[in-house]
Amino acid sequence: MTQSPTLSRRSSSSASPQPRKSRRRGADARAGYTFLLPWLLGFIALTVGPMISSLYLSFTNYNLFEAPKWIGLDNYTTLFQDERFLQSVGVTLNYVIFGTPLKLAAALAIAMLLNSKRKGQGFYRSAFYAPSLIGASVSIAIVWKAMFGDSGPVDQGLSFFGINLGGWVGNPNMTMGMMILLTVWQFGAPMVIFLAGLKQIPADLYEAASMDGAGPVRKFLNITWPMLSPVIFFNLLMETIHAFQIFASAYIISNGEGGPAGSTLFYTLYLYLRGFSDFRMGYASAMAWLLVIVVGIITLIFFKTSKSWVHYSGDSK
Amino acid sequence: MTTMATPTQPQPTKPAPAPVYNPKSESGTAKRIKSTIFHIVALALVAMVLYPALWMIASSFKPNSEIGGANTSLWSNNFSFDNFATAMEGIGGVSTLTFFTNSLILAVGAVVGTVLSASISAYAFARINFPGRGLFFGMMIATLLLPFHVVIIPQYIVFQQLGLVDTYVPLLIGKFLAADAFFVFLMVQFMRGLPAELDEAARIDGAGHVRIFGSIMLPLMKPALISTSIFSFIWSWNDFLGPLLYLNTPEKYPLPLALRLFVDQTQSSDYGAMIAMSVLALLPVLVFFLVFQRYIVEGVSTQGLKG
Repeated sequence: MTQSPTLSRRSSSSASPQPRKSRRRGADARAGYTFLLPWLLGFIALTVGPMISSLYLSFTNYNLFEAPKWIGLDNYTTLFQDERFLQSVGVTLNYVIFGTPLKLAAALAIAMLLNSKRKGQGFYRSAFYAPSLIGASVSIAIVWKAMFGDSGPVDQGLSFFGINLGGWVGNPNMTMGMMILLTVWQFGAPMVIFLAGLKQIPADLYEAASMDGAGPVRKFLNITWPMLSPVIFFNLLMETIHAFQIFASAYIISNGEGGPAGSTLFYTLYLYLRGFSDFRMGYASAMAWLLVIVVGIITLIFFKTSKSWVHYSGDSK
Repeated sequence: MTTMATPTQPQPTKPAPAPVYNPKSESGTAKRIKSTIFHIVALALVAMVLYPALWMIASSFKPNSEIGGANTSLWSNNFSFDNFATAMEGIGGVSTLTFFTNSLILAVGAVVGTVLSASISAYAFARINFPGRGLFFGMMIATLLLPFHVVIIPQYIVFQQLGLVDTYVPLLIGKFLAADAFFVFLMVQFMRGLPAELDEAARIDGAGHVRIFGSIMLPLMKPALISTSIFSFIWSWNDFLGPLLYLNTPEKYPLPLALRLFVDQTQSSDYGAMIAMSVLALLPVLVFFLVFQRYIVEGVSTQGLKG
C-alpha cells in the first residue's frame, strides 16, 4: 500500500527541473560540511596535524626546551641497538601472541556454553562481562598486584595444591603470566560479541547436520566456525590492536618502571618513559611511528589472509 | 564454503513436516539433569571470574593483618569501615572527595562533549549527501584502528606551548571534537537504520537539516545516545594516561591518578586503605553497570556485529 506513494514521489522528484536539484545539492554540501565541522576540526587538529609533526620529530633530537635538531634516520637506527627497546618489543609481542588467542578462546568457549535457551542467560552474560568494564583500571591493577604478591591469595591457593611459586609480582619469569591472566580475565567483551554472532546462525543448520550424523566437533568445524568467521575476524583484529596498546595496568604493576628486570616493560610504557621522563621526544616519536607501521602491517595481513577463512554469508546481499 | 550457500535452500523443501521432526525428544528428567549440570558449570565459572572483584571488596573491609597473610577467604570476623575512613582522608593534604569531584567533572564533560559532537558529525555522515563524504568516512574508520600513542607527543607539545598543561582543556577538547571515532561510527550505524522516508517527508514539509536533526533524528536516537553516554562516562572515569600526561597538581587529580599517588606514598604499608580506595574509585562504574547492564551489554553486542 505504501509502495505506490513512495514510487510516485520518487519519480516526480527525479523529473523535477534541473536548477532546483543543483541548488539542493549545493545546500547539501554546505550543510554537510557544517555538520561535519566538529569531527573535521578534531581530525585535522588532533590527529592529522600531530601525526605529521610526530613524523617530523622522529627525524630530530628534541627535548621540549631547545629547538628540534634534524638528525635524519638516527633515531630509527639507534632503536635497533637499544637493548631496552628490543626488550620492550619482545615483552609486547609475547603478550599479544599468547594473551589475545587465549582471551578469544575463552570468550568463544563460554559464548558457546551460554548459547542456549536456558534460564539465567542474562545474569551469566552480565557477570562474565563485568571484568571487561573494570579490568583496565588502576584499581584492578592494584588488586591484581596484591593478589599475585608474596603470600597473596593466588600464592596461598596454589600452595594448597602443593605448587609453591612464591609471589608472581617480584619474579621476572612470572609477571608475563600475571599480565596475560589479567587480559584473559576480560574475555567478556568479545564473548558478548560472539554470543550475538552465534544467535544469528540458523538452528536448522545444526538440525540438518545431526540428521546426517555429525558430532559436536564436525558441527563446530563445518558450521560454527565458518558461520562465525566474520565475528572471529572482527574480535581478533580489535583485540590484537588493543593488546599492543596496554599501558595503565603495566604502569601500576611495575610502579612505572617496567620491572622486575624489564619483564613488564611494555612498548607503550617504554615510549612514555622515553618521551616524558627522559624528554627524548624525537626518539619517542620514532617509537610511536614504528608502532603505527607495525599495527598497519598487521591489519593489512589480517585483511589479506581473511579472504581464505572469513566467509560473509550470501543472505546479507 | 558450501555450508554458506545451503541455509536458504532447505527451508522451502520441508514446509509443514518441520514441527513433527524433533531431534531433542529427550525425557523430562534427562533434560533436567542436563540443565542442572549447565548451571553448576556456569556458576562455578562465574565464581572463578568474579573472585578477584569479591576479594577486593572483602579485603577493603578487613584489617591489614588479614589481607597480607594466609587469606584466600572472603570472610573475616573483623570486618570494619576503618579502611574506608583512612581512604577518605585522601593523600598529600587533598581529600578524596576532591578527587571524586575532579573525576566527576571530567566524566560529565566527556559525556556532554561526546554526545554533542558525535551526534552532529554522525548526522553529516549518515544523512547528508556531500562531496568527499566517502573519503572522510574512510578516514574516520581508519582512526578507529590508529594507535593513540602516535599523537600524544605532538599534542603534548602544542598544549604545553599554549600554557594548557595542568588544566582540563587537553583532556576534554577531544571529546568536544568527536575524537573518539568509535562513538561517531556507532551513531552513524544507528542513524542508517532509521527509515529515509522520515527525512524526505520532513523536507517536503520544508524542514532544513537543523530541524530534521534536532526534532526527528535526536529523539529517535535515544538508545545510541544512552550507550554513548554510558561508555564515554566509564572510559573517562577509568582513564589514566591522559591525566598522567597533563596534570601535575594533586588538587586537580582524578581518582586513578590519586590512586597511583596513594600507592607511591604508602607502598604496601597500608594495604587495606589502598584497596578501600580502589573500591571507592570503581564504585560509580559498578553502580552504572548494575543500573544500565542491559544497555551496556546490548551496546557491545550490536556494535560488534556492525563492525
